Amino acid sequence: MLDFGILFPAVLNGLTTGAVYALVALGLTLIYGVLHIINFAHGAALMMALYGVYFLKQYLGLDPYLALLPMVAVMFVGGYALQRGIINRASHGKDENILLVTLGLSIVLENIALLAFKSDTRTIDTPYTLATVAIGPAMIAVPKLVAFAGALVTSAVLLWIVRGTDLGRAIRAVAREKHGARLVGIDVDHVYAMSFGIGLACLGAAACFLLPAYYVNPQVGNGFVLVAFTIVVLGGMGSFAGALLGGLLIGVVESLGGLWFGESLGQIGIFLLFIAVLLFRPQGLFGAKA
Amino acid sequence: MNLLSPRRDLVQIAVFAAAMGVLALTTRSGVVLNFAMMALYGCLMAQAWNMLGGYGGQFSFGHALFFGTGAYVQAIAQLQGGLNPWLALPLAIVTACLVGLLIGALSFRYGLKGSYFALVTLAFAEVFRILALSVPFTGAGVGLMVPLKEGAANMQFGDRRGFVALALALVVCGLLLTTWLRHSRFGAWLQAVRDNEDAARAVGVDPFRVKLGAIGLSAAFMGAAGAFYVQVFQYIDPGIAFGPHTSVEALVAAIVGGLGTLWGPVLGALVLHLLADFTRSLFGGLPGINMIIYGAVLILIVMFAPRGILGMGQSVRGLWRRPASAPAATAPSREATRG
Amino acid sequence: MSAPTLNRRRFVAQTGAAATALAFPLVGGAQTKPVRVGVLHPVTGALAYSGQQCREGALMAIEDINKAGGIKALGGAKIEPLLGDAQSTPAAGTAEVEKMNEAGVSAIVGAYASAICLATTQAAAKYNLPHIVDVGVADQIVERGLKNTFRFAPGYRKCAEIALANLHVLNTAAGKPAKTVMIIHEESLFGTGTANLLARELPGYGYEVKEVIKHANPTRDFNNIVLRMKAVNPDIVIPANYYNEYALLVRTMQQQKVQPKAIYSVLGGAASSYKFVKEFPQAANGIIDCNHWFNPRDKRSLDLKKRVEAKNLFYSYEVFLTYTAMRLLADTLERAKSTDRAAIVAALESSTFSDHFLPYGPTKFVNGQNAGAQPLMTQVLDNDIKVIVPRDYRQADPVFPLKA
Repeated sequence: MLDFGILFPAVLNGLTTGAVYALVALGLTLIYGVLHIINFAHGAALMMALYGVYFLKQYLGLDPYLALLPMVAVMFVGGYALQRGIINRASHGKDENILLVTLGLSIVLENIALLAFKSDTRTIDTPYTLATVAIGPAMIAVPKLVAFAGALVTSAVLLWIVRGTDLGRAIRAVAREKHGARLVGIDVDHVYAMSFGIGLACLGAAACFLLPAYYVNPQVGNGFVLVAFTIVVLGGMGSFAGALLGGLLIGVVESLGGLWFGESLGQIGIFLLFIAVLLFRPQGLFGAKA
Repeated sequence: MNLLSPRRDLVQIAVFAAAMGVLALTTRSGVVLNFAMMALYGCLMAQAWNMLGGYGGQFSFGHALFFGTGAYVQAIAQLQGGLNPWLALPLAIVTACLVGLLIGALSFRYGLKGSYFALVTLAFAEVFRILALSVPFTGAGVGLMVPLKEGAANMQFGDRRGFVALALALVVCGLLLTTWLRHSRFGAWLQAVRDNEDAARAVGVDPFRVKLGAIGLSAAFMGAAGAFYVQVFQYIDPGIAFGPHTSVEALVAAIVGGLGTLWGPVLGALVLHLLADFTRSLFGGLPGINMIIYGAVLILIVMFAPRGILGMGQSVRGLWRRPASAPAATAPSREATRG
Repeated sequence: MSAPTLNRRRFVAQTGAAATALAFPLVGGAQTKPVRVGVLHPVTGALAYSGQQCREGALMAIEDINKAGGIKALGGAKIEPLLGDAQSTPAAGTAEVEKMNEAGVSAIVGAYASAICLATTQAAAKYNLPHIVDVGVADQIVERGLKNTFRFAPGYRKCAEIALANLHVLNTAAGKPAKTVMIIHEESLFGTGTANLLARELPGYGYEVKEVIKHANPTRDFNNIVLRMKAVNPDIVIPANYYNEYALLVRTMQQQKVQPKAIYSVLGGAASSYKFVKEFPQAANGIIDCNHWFNPRDKRSLDLKKRVEAKNLFYSYEVFLTYTAMRLLADTLERAKSTDRAAIVAALESSTFSDHFLPYGPTKFVNGQNAGAQPLMTQVLDNDIKVIVPRDYRQADPVFPLKA
């Protein structure tokens, strides 16, 4: 099991899988960092995005990577509307209510998908779905390499938005001190909605990178929610670099854990790491101490 | 301290128990009995969650952890220990309580609060689920099946009424305990910690001990619910035991009904079960519509009853909950509880 | 077991009964009172796909039965389905049984998943309500001594035994090229149970089980498992999991260019699935499965296949198993000449139903299990699924091993 021929590909597998987890977590960490809500609807939103990518390919022949721009735009608008129109209105700003609203949303979204798209699993076929690239003894699937690059690029874009734009400054202000930000004239509700929109836009990107190597059905989002939460906490809530590195780390932990303890028991590594971080370093790798 | 004496609460509980008893004895409908059984079971879980979440202010996302522990102990005690289920039940409750104390000790010792606490409970539930999948004495992925042997002595009532009675007894215990929380010194300390932990510490309350007590009680009742499930359905596997489904059911019912109230969990569980039952029958030909309606109604309930159903008829009274992003806490309220 | 309550009174005021009355399609114009049958499946939640396929099979059967004149022994009474959603949990399934009972059903057909069937058969037993299990492969379902429970299709023990015996036959006939085995199974009831059985029995046949890998539901990535496969290099890979994971596993194997001498499935999720063959012909090629299947020589099975595909659905085992289960019920009603539950149970016990297109021969229930039920061995050849064993149903010669 410690044979390099096995370890090396396992680590690479972990990194590429982790990159996809990171893409899902990036949006979640922004939403948590700014709105301080645990978005239960994140998995369902990912599922909707995956369907979006699927249908763009099915009916318009649009390659998933080319669908990046439209998907990001649509998910952004959807996220903005959802937060402004439903979540904010329904929850009256109370934590436990936001929880219930996002939970209700996830149920509604999952079953709308069930009703509209039926329950069968859908996959897409692209010329590069089966292609692999040899890196040393490892054969890495091309879609996963692209996903890895995509995660890096998306993190960079998010960092630029948050550090280099006015919106980003507003977001950071609201995240740190909501009432103060309102006092200096920032439209907090708008910023909240923008953040939620950007968070879901990340899912749009994640879906484009994920679908070629995976599949979609109405329940597919559930498999990513817990892992995404783990990464958000591990990386530090609100930190993009943290989400990226956390995702990669979790991917590797899952991979090696699976190698040594079996794929089923190996999953435990993720959650033990989660608990350890929560207990001993709750601000995560890159979060600021509260 | 609550200005109302416990007598009012106790009378309400007695009336509730009597009404349920009459219902169970007079109805001939299997549907009604089954519904009553499942609704009471839901009440039990919501109450358990409410003890920690409503009165203690600690939101747990992983209450399934205690449910599953109780369930597995109940099953294992019978299958491998040869114990009679009536003896297994207290064992299940105690074990769940111990697990609660363990998790609580770890979490509170390290100062976990708010979302961090919620997430750590979720993580523990997942850890147990994965362990249960791998360990032989839980039957691993195959799960455990308690053999069918009907009889009151075996806690497998052929007549649903038996289960309704058992569930009712457990719920009444929960109500009594909640009443105690509302009128006792311990309960006052707990609510003080909920409202403002630092201020409570300043007046001499030990938040750690108090929260630990709350999670122990909460876990015990949740464990009872798990044991009850095993007796009714006779089959348990890691997904049913430790999966998020149960955690969510408990917390949604408690919040929807009204946090930190005596009847909130009962009302919440009842309303949600009615809603689920009603929507399940609607539009049988188009699967999915029922769940869409369920989710939508849930959102609407939250939108129009932000303090839960019980909070709807009440005017604003004292300090309630503060969102996590709020700046420095305000002074603790003089009124410790809601009616 | 408690005495059956002959509760015929219908509680119209109940939300349940009233609402279920809204849920099913009223069969118009029947002069004689229709026979109400509960059709209970998990049509929402994690098992939605399979549940909906099962329901489709049931409804098509009811349509056929009614079109052919209904139940003649009851004066041409039509079958009226009461649709129930088990929501992929035992608790919801049980609640539906209660409602169906009160709505006066004469029998229930369902509930696909083993865990749900365990609960629903038990709930129905309280009222001596006959419950025909359409899929539910766990053997405990028919081993609890419930008099009302009848399973038409085989359980997983039978499937595993037949799979083992046939593996040995195939291997021996080819000159014993395969010696080592790797089992990959999903972590819950069906996968673990099957894997345990195989791991226990294979050494007795002379095979070395090099590794047993258990994976989660869902598993997002199979690259590491395939990596292990490369390292272990088994002659035969035996997967026992559900459709999504099976498909992902086999696709990953194709991608990583791992080709064992045989992929030999037992109740493989995608192994004998037309959907999989259509969507991934290359990956599917040559896969052998021991699974529920229809008699390929019976024209009726192919007619049904055409009708199902015309509805844009795949002809999966859920469809034809539940279809036949419903036909079994119709046959039973003819013989019982009554909608009385006890009469139906008695008629099921003595059933010899053979007018079906499954490879089971005449029905004979022993302790609730149809003794003649058996899985068939299929292989994906020429972009189609062909039966290879037993000879009575053989459509093509098995290709074993896949590569020398």
